[in-house]
Parts: sequence; C-alpha cells; structure tokens
Amino acid sequence: MADDDPGRGTVTKERVDSDELGAGGTAGVAILRIIAAFAVPIISFVVLWLTFEFLRDAEANRLVLALVAIVVGVAGVFALYWGMDLVVNLLPARFRESVRPFVFVGPALVILTVFLVYPAVNTTVISFMDAQSQEFTGLDNYKFVFTDEGMLRSIRNTVGWIIVVPLFSVGIGLVFATLVDRLRRGEALAKSMIFLPMAISFVGASIVWRFIYSFRPEGFGEQIGLLNGIWMGLGGNPVAWLSEEPWNNLFLMVIMIWLQTGFAMVILSAAIKAVPDDILEAARIDGATEIQIFWRVIIPSIMSSIVVVTTTMVISVLKIFDIVWVMTNGQFGTEVIAERMVRWFFRNDHNGRGAAIAVILFLAIVPVMWVNVRRFRAEEAMR
Amino acid sequence: MTATTSRATEREAAEVRRPGFFRRLWDRWPVKLAVLIIVIAWLIPTIGLLVSSFREPNLVSTTGWWTANIFDSAEWTLANYEDVLTSEGFGNAFLNSIAVAVPATVIPITIAAFAAYAFSWMEFRGRQIMFVVVVGLLVVPLQMALIPILKLYSQGAMIGGVTVFPDLDLNGTYMAVWLAHTGFGLPLATYLLRNYIGQLPASTIESAQIDGADHFTIFRKLIVPLSVPALASFAIFQFLWVWNDFLVALVFLGGTRDVRVLTQALAELNGTRGEAWHLLTSGAFLTMVLPLTVFFALQRYFVRGLTAGSVKG
Repeated sequence: MADDDPGRGTVTKERVDSDELGAGGTAGVAILRIIAAFAVPIISFVVLWLTFEFLRDAEANRLVLALVAIVVGVAGVFALYWGMDLVVNLLPARFRESVRPFVFVGPALVILTVFLVYPAVNTTVISFMDAQSQEFTGLDNYKFVFTDEGMLRSIRNTVGWIIVVPLFSVGIGLVFATLVDRLRRGEALAKSMIFLPMAISFVGASIVWRFIYSFRPEGFGEQIGLLNGIWMGLGGNPVAWLSEEPWNNLFLMVIMIWLQTGFAMVILSAAIKAVPDDILEAARIDGATEIQIFWRVIIPSIMSSIVVVTTTMVISVLKIFDIVWVMTNGQFGTEVIAERMVRWFFRNDHNGRGAAIAVILFLAIVPVMWVNVRRFRAEEAMR
Repeated sequence: MTATTSRATEREAAEVRRPGFFRRLWDRWPVKLAVLIIVIAWLIPTIGLLVSSFREPNLVSTTGWWTANIFDSAEWTLANYEDVLTSEGFGNAFLNSIAVAVPATVIPITIAAFAAYAFSWMEFRGRQIMFVVVVGLLVVPLQMALIPILKLYSQGAMIGGVTVFPDLDLNGTYMAVWLAHTGFGLPLATYLLRNYIGQLPASTIESAQIDGADHFTIFRKLIVPLSVPALASFAIFQFLWVWNDFLVALVFLGGTRDVRVLTQALAELNGTRGEAWHLLTSGAFLTMVLPLTVFFALQRYFVRGLTAGSVKG
C-alpha cells in the first residue's frame, strides 16, 4: 500500500502547524471531497488489481490461491481505509474533518452506485431495446412478457407460489411456535430442527427433494423415492411427480415451505413469548378456552409480526429461481418469473426480454417492500 | 453435612416425584405428539439424503434408503464421498466456495461498518438523504443488476468517450463475485449496522473524542469491539447467503471446473448425472457440511443473523 508510509504522520503535524488558513474554503472543500471520493476506488483498484492478476494467472495450488484470496480480500479492504485516513491527515487542518466522512462513506457510495444504482437504471433502459441492446424497440419486450405463453404461465405460477408458500409456512410456523411454547422441555431442540433447513442452499434442498420425488416407471426396478415408496405402500401406482401438471408446481412449493417455515416459526415464536402473561391469565380466568385464546388474544397481538413475516416471504418467493432451475429446468409448466428472467437473459441471450422481466419483478417487489418497511418502522417507533 | 442432607432430600423428592414424571410425560400428549410429528417430517428429507450418501452405489439405485440395514457393514461405504470429492471435482469446488465466500463476507461488512459509523457519528451534509437512499436500495432485486454488471465486467463502461469503468475482463474471476456480492449485500449491512452502531452510548464516543482520539481510532478501538454481536450476526447471514448462492456464481463465475463453487458443481452434477444418486446425495451433503456446522456451533448468532437479514434482495 503506497499510502501506508508511517513516516508521513509526523510530516503532517509540521505541515499543519505552518498551514495558512486561506480563503475560498467552500470551493476547496468541494474539490477535496471530490478527490477523496475518487481516490477511493482508484487506490482500491490498484491494490486489488495486482492480487487479482495473480489470482487469475497463477496455476498455483487451489489452497494457496484460496488463502491469498482471503488474505487480500480481508486485509486489503481494511488497509485501504487506513491509507485513505492517512491521506486525509495530510490535508490542511480546516478541510480535514469535512473530508473525512467521505472517506468513511465514499467506498460504500461508489460501490452502490456502480453495482445497484447504475444497473437498475441501465436495466430499465435495456428493457426497451432489442436482444443485443442495439436498437430501441419500444414496448415490444413488455408486450412479449404479457403475451408469451411461457411468460403467462410463469406469472400464473408465481402468483400461486406467492399465495401457497407464505400461507403454509406462516401457518405451520405459527402452529408449531404455539405448540412448542407449551412444552416444558425440548423447546429449543424442537425449534432448531425446524430451523435447520434454513442453513441449506436452494440447490442442495432441490437435490434432497428430487430424491424424494424420484420416480421409476413400472417394471424398471424398485422405487427409491420416498414419496413413491409411500404411495405404492398405500396401493397406488408409481407417479412421476415432477411432470404431473399442474400438481408439480405444488411439489416444488413444498421445498420452499420446508426451507422457510423455520424462519416464520422463529419470528412468530419470539412474538408469542412477548404477549404479556397477565393478558393470557385474565382470558383464562374469564373462562376462555385455549383455542379461543389463540384466535382472539394471541393472533391479534402478534398481527404485525405475521405481516412482516408474510411480506418478507413474499419477496423471497418472488425471486425464487434455483429450485425450478434445478428440479425441472422450467419444463412441464413450472416456469416462474425469476427463472424466466435468467432463461431469457442468460440462456437465450435476449437482454431486452430478460431486462423487461427484471423490471416487472422489481415493480412487483416495491409495494410489498413498502408494506414491510412501514410495519418495521412502526414497530421500531413503539419500542 | 449440608450437602449430604440436601442430596438426600433431593433423592427423596425424586422418589416422590417419580409417579408424577410419567404423568407429566403423558400430560399434554397431543401437543407433544404434534410437535414430534412435525419435527420428524422436517428431518426425514435430510436423513434420507445422509443415509443414502453412505450406502453402496448399487444399493442406492435399486432399493429405497429406508430399507437399509444399519448393522450390515457390507451396505455402507465412504467411496461415494471419495468419488465426488476427486473425480467429480467437489474438493476443488469446496476450496473455491471458501475463496469466494470469505472475502465476499468480510468486504461488505467492513465497508458497511465504516459507512454505518459515518452515518451515526459523523457530521456532514446530506447524511440523512444518503442514508435513506442506501436503505431504499434494498428494494432493488439482484435480477435488476445482473445484465448491466455482466456487461460492465466484459466491456467496461464509457460515458461520452471517457472510460468510467475499465474493461477488466472480470468474468470468471473471484473478484467479479466478491464485488457483486458486496454491492448486493451493502444496503442491508449498512442498514443493520447503523441501527446497532447508532444505538451505542454517545457518552462513550464523546469521552473518547475528548481524550483526543480521532474517528479512525474510535472506529477501530471502540466501535468494532462493541459491535461484535451485530457484526457476527450479519457475517453469518452474509457468509451463508454467499455460500448457498447459485445465481450470482452462475452468471459471473462461469462453469469451468477451475473456479466453479459447490452449488454450481452440484447443479451441474444434477444436470449431467441426474440418476447417479449415490453421487448426488454425497455431493449435496458436502455442500451442507459447513453451513450445518455453523448452524450447530453458533446457533444463537445464526438465528439472529438469518432473521435480521431475511429481507435481502
């Protein structure tokens, strides 16, 4: 790191003492801010570039490579801030403290601009252009989104996902949280078993469940899939669950429910525990049954948590991609929006259509996020 | 003396309690039964996977895993793991996953922590607006960012003939993925860390300032140690998010065996050898080993991190 020269610290002090506090301060501050803001990415790039060249070229041992990547990724970033802070110390005293905040927030702002703000704008523009983003084609891509058969199916399926997955995840999570709250022992253990799938990737979970749904036509050997095993034990004939339209969509949703119920359960369990005991006692003394207490006392008092969990889940379901990609590859009528987006942009090389689908996805997320943030802020304000 | 008497009374109490113990076991049995059923239903898929990953390949493909005989050593093998780690390249992919996930966790947290500190404890113009914009970016799904970033990586960006982003040919490198994950993770990280760092007692920070500490020192010596719980929670969330991510790796890392991560390796195996269940199950379990270890070792932080971070875009 060029800026980490420890000698400079002492130089700084001398220079500061002899520094004349001249006029034209605001313009100077503005310029210095700009310099500071630009210095960040430049310095970062030089440093990371050097290692990056090494990482790309080296035919080295993977382990060494991984270690270097980690050391640079970890230490490099901290050193970067340190170096920039030292540079700021070199500035004239009166500018120093007005520039320093930008050393702290600058990198974040630069990265957000490059990796979120610019792409969001660019994607919107691309969505009005052709496959290779060469010419504007008006609303063609959006017309495609709302007329193409596969797209329409994907929209219909996504709506199904949005309804079914949160309904079951929140429902099961709520029931489980309520039940487990009544246990004297083993509550933590039982909860962690439900929460455990949260640690598993969508791809991993897809393999887990594809194994359960695995199917052999009759005469091609024993069924090794659990579901067909049970099904045949009940006297049925083997079923190819994943190509059985439209039910295969439900079987894919089960995976998401399996993954997400733990999340709902943990949040709702915390909310249930926060319901004051004296309210429950009062209800019991008044002769309410446990079921009445559940519907009339517990549910209303945890309503805001239920809303937050549901909206959060709706957002993650809207973006579901891996499960469909791995399980059915979007075949057999299982398309969903986010999967179509990757399909069109990445597999079919049509940037315009991919971008248009992404914009639709974004527009679908905004209102849900709005509800979520408002609820969240209301809750924060109550604390 | 007192110890023995108390132990004696304890034993007595236990004997008195004994009939009560079974009654308590019986007590609320519908609740217990329901909990047990749900827990078993939730565990069975993972158990089936785990059992199959250790069975002989020909048994996996001809009989259901529930028919396995635990005591017959001829049915069990480690060869599936050997195959998947070496000839299917999962060993390499495991290292790649680590090389991707660790920096993609630390970089955004570091950057977000600095920004969160500035948003909480430094005075500058536009502070509120900038923070609102950062949080507002939570709404942008990462699907919105894929196409432009891919183009940025492969062609760079020019505005009016000036190169603002050089053509780095980043596609297929770790760096491409680190940077992308940093961008996607920053809004949430900044938001959560600001909430935490902003709540630290002002008096502590002010007294450090009076003692002559500059912002950088305060950050390093005060803020970071005090924020360990929040940093740890978010670190776990981000690490697992990156570790389990498939989409970002698929788009920016490419599929070559040199660089591909575990989720890619597994998805590829699924595509090419979809019926080789002895490999798929052991491969899938390999992708879960680390997250599950984190889960069991750091459960408290893990739960806090995942619940706080679940809004991620």
